[in-house]
Amino acid sequence: MNRADADATPRGWKRFFRRGPWENAATVLIAAGVVMLMQPYFMVLYTFSFAVILTGTVGFVVVSHFPE
Amino acid sequence: MASRMPSKVPGEDERQPYKDTFAIAPRNPRNRPGSIETGEPRHAAAGVRGLSDRAIVRLFVAPTILILLAINIFPLLWTIYLSFTNYRANRPNAEVKWVGLRNYERILNKEDIWEYLQATAHFLCWTMILQIVIGFGLALLLNRRFGGHSFWTTVILLPMMLSPAVVGVFWTYLFQPQTGIFSYIVNVFADVGPLDMIGSVALAPWAIVMVDTWMWAPYVMLICLAGLRSIPDYVYEAAEVDGASAWRRFWSITVPMVLPFLMLAVLFRAIENFKMFDMVVELTSGGPGSTTELASINLKREAFEKWRTGYSSAFAVILFVTVFGAANVYVKAMNAVKRR
Repeated sequence: MNRADADATPRGWKRFFRRGPWENAATVLIAAGVVMLMQPYFMVLYTFSFAVILTGTVGFVVVSHFPE
Repeated sequence: MASRMPSKVPGEDERQPYKDTFAIAPRNPRNRPGSIETGEPRHAAAGVRGLSDRAIVRLFVAPTILILLAINIFPLLWTIYLSFTNYRANRPNAEVKWVGLRNYERILNKEDIWEYLQATAHFLCWTMILQIVIGFGLALLLNRRFGGHSFWTTVILLPMMLSPAVVGVFWTYLFQPQTGIFSYIVNVFADVGPLDMIGSVALAPWAIVMVDTWMWAPYVMLICLAGLRSIPDYVYEAAEVDGASAWRRFWSITVPMVLPFLMLAVLFRAIENFKMFDMVVELTSGGPGSTTELASINLKREAFEKWRTGYSSAFAVILFVTVFGAANVYVKAMNAVKRR
């Protein structure tokens, strides 16, 4: 690996806080929350649905400001 | 005389091709630079009142920001605050108590609200599926440019132009089991007797799906038609030269190129249908029982019939966060489709 490649590779916290995987995680949370809110099978899922949607939505807004 | 005063500097026309357009009056030292008389560019209004360009931009944007804050952001923040209180709008002088998360807790443990959300999900899913299929199908038909296609486009678009309340009222008449034309037409094909579409627990959820599809499939059709017309003919011609079948052309050219348009239409319709109120209230009023009581209908009952403002604010916040989150995910998916 030459020096330019080494500089381009994100290291440390920058490597950890990349937008892609975090945005995907937030998306999965929101989708799961919406399904939990409207599914007709388990009341307990409905009860916790809003917490999941809220976590996902706030998370999505935050992680969409992370670097690529 | 004429020889001592040349009328034109050599090469002037080449340097200022639009001179005649801007230079209304001859150059005069008293004309300020950048005025319309000289035609010279300058920063708009700079120096007129000692304001920079940036300050002028802020000045123009400020009213919009203020209006946005007043009619969008402030009510949203106020609703979030009210959702943590026991406030009742019909008792403005009563003491407002902070109840914390109790409103949310009650909503998220109440089976009735869960059922209203299921009714909303049923309505949303089926209207979206039917509107996509019918809207896209109509767009494919109208894209063939047959004789009178403009007339038929207008006829198909008519339901979309009506008020949802009006649509709700006249479909109530069409759905009348004894005198309505809908029951009559169904009985022509199948002898099922008087068909009570809005009075039957089994049929009422399908009645609202049907009316919404009748009204809004043309909207999806219109957006799909715009997408179909944007596909250049040479793409199809190239595929034909390569020997692609009609089915292959449809799946490999038409669908991928119309998909961003279709997704946009679905986004608009899904947000609208999640908040659906007027048409369903006129058609069924949420009945029979609470079979067609959608989330927004119940929200209105809680807020303006039972006057439980804090409680209904919490419900409104839940619905808002759900739509906001789902729209974020959907827009992300739509952008991914556009980038392909």
